[in-house]
Amino acid sequence: MADQVIAPGHTFSTVTDKISAIVLNRRTPLGWWAGFAVSAALAGLLFISLTYLAVKGIGIWGNNIPVGWAFDITNLVWWIGIGHAGTLISAILLLLRQTWRTSINRFAEAMTLFAVACAGIFPLFHTGRPWLAYWLIPYPNSMGVWPQFRSPLMWDVFAISTYATVSLLFWFIGLIPDLATLRDRSQSHAGRIIYGMLAMGWRGSAHHWHRYETAYLLLAGLATPLVVSVHTVISFDFSIGIVPGWHTTIFPPYFVAGAIYSGFAMVLTLAIPIRFVYGLEDFITMRHLQNMAKVMLVTGLIVAYGYGTEAFIAWYSADKFEVFVPINRATGPYWWTYWLLIICNVLVPQILWLKRIRTNVAALFLLSLVINVGMWLERFVIIVTSLHRDFLPSSWGMYKPTFWDWSTFIGTIGLFLTLLFLFLRFLPMISIFEMRTILPGAKVDEDLGTT
Amino acid sequence: MAHQHPTPIYGLIAEFDDPNSLVMAAHRARTEGYRRMDAYSPFPIEELHEALGMHHTGLPFIVLVGGLVGCLGGYLLQYWTSAVSYPVNIGGKPFHSWPAFIPITFECTILGAALAAVLGMLALNGLPQPYHPVFNVARFALASRNRFFLCIEARDPKFDLEHTRRFLDSLSPTEVTTVAD
Repeated sequence: MADQVIAPGHTFSTVTDKISAIVLNRRTPLGWWAGFAVSAALAGLLFISLTYLAVKGIGIWGNNIPVGWAFDITNLVWWIGIGHAGTLISAILLLLRQTWRTSINRFAEAMTLFAVACAGIFPLFHTGRPWLAYWLIPYPNSMGVWPQFRSPLMWDVFAISTYATVSLLFWFIGLIPDLATLRDRSQSHAGRIIYGMLAMGWRGSAHHWHRYETAYLLLAGLATPLVVSVHTVISFDFSIGIVPGWHTTIFPPYFVAGAIYSGFAMVLTLAIPIRFVYGLEDFITMRHLQNMAKVMLVTGLIVAYGYGTEAFIAWYSADKFEVFVPINRATGPYWWTYWLLIICNVLVPQILWLKRIRTNVAALFLLSLVINVGMWLERFVIIVTSLHRDFLPSSWGMYKPTFWDWSTFIGTIGLFLTLLFLFLRFLPMISIFEMRTILPGAKVDEDLGTT
Repeated sequence: MAHQHPTPIYGLIAEFDDPNSLVMAAHRARTEGYRRMDAYSPFPIEELHEALGMHHTGLPFIVLVGGLVGCLGGYLLQYWTSAVSYPVNIGGKPFHSWPAFIPITFECTILGAALAAVLGMLALNGLPQPYHPVFNVARFALASRNRFFLCIEARDPKFDLEHTRRFLDSLSPTEVTTVAD
């Protein structure tokens, strides 16, 4: 069982019916309502926090000189990183012909979209005047000015908005054949009309499939360098600056590995309860969970190597400000965040070497939460501990999160979960048509037609 | 063609149980001389491509053009705004500081190519298409679940209602239906 990507005995119809029934079932499960209510309440907290911020200004957050970036940018990087696993699973594993991606790519892509939406909120509101954020877009204007394209913050605007657009396109294109299935199977008039409009008249024609497959493969090929570039650009926000602890060339690869690490942790955090609640153990098998655990182990080791290199190069640079950064991180006022990060990201995940842990669902779930926390702390440590003590001791300072820092952060988790609950209820969380292709019955004999 | 029949028909559609039968049927129909036909399946079947004698798609070329437009557009936008329209001295860097323009050029390339891939695929497929005759067949709803269909269209020069129906019946389908236009 552990080696299969789909449990035996399934046919085209059982796969179709089982996945579409979750969406087409008229009765919404009580558990869904409970989860949705809690998430929506937290999303409400986000709207209150953002409204208050728009009224009062970003002074309601704890950021202040010297710590101009704090929770906001930490959360931005954390959310974007989480999103990257979705693209990795859907694009890179597709190019590598890893069929095990099939049952997890759809909701991993949805996770990407929702994570990017949460991420985008932070820089937008950190501008202080989000209603003027359109100034970041290069458009001919009566002020006669243009954005400053030499700034990594401008690169961010293009990288994140391209990433959001391409992720949305990729996700929607993947959905079209399944929307057609929902259109054909929906019992309600409204369902047929809404899914019908979204499916755009898809009829599964061989000519269409051919172009569809070409487009999907090309999109995967485009999304792969894109995902690497996005976190690289995010890391440029730091490494292009001269702040000690930021100005380092290890950042791009180390950020990308960290993004995949935290993203896979988040996929596990979501997949484990979902497969349990919706009884999808046939489709999201132990093989999937084990493979994800292995990816986490590898990327975790790359991240650990990044921490080591960071400290080594700081010492090797013989620059006293650089040498001071790792010492301050480990023994300064924020020492506990640093050591907690090492425990969460480097020490605890080593249990993944044991097969007993990789095959233990509860252990994997707990570990995924630990890594989520660890990766959030990593960004906090990089951002806050670098900024709070830079060159001049007279301008050192401390950062303390306020209520509104926490409420905005927790609020985005609420928004993320709200969108996820809506997705689980209204769209197929597993790609139905791709599941059909991995069934034994989908294989066509090679010599057909030639005889 | 419509005037030859009492009710206008789009073609004849045969239903099959499994992908092997569909590929076999498509191949037989092509050998028989039929050209205007299409196969419908709940998932992509690579072998149908050959069996139906389909041409290569021009989509990759459209994507290439989209990518090039994005690439050049992104770069020229930055060059023109930073070096021509609004030159500002930033840290003593040259106005045309090309290395700093690479990240955005790259993102624009991907964006242009991705938009071209999606819009090009939809346009070549003629989607969105609110109406298509095959949907008149009640059992066609199963084409998105577990059934496989081969439709020989009435506009095929070789199409003849009686003759083509007999041919389709010989492929041992589960059912052959007339598709109203």
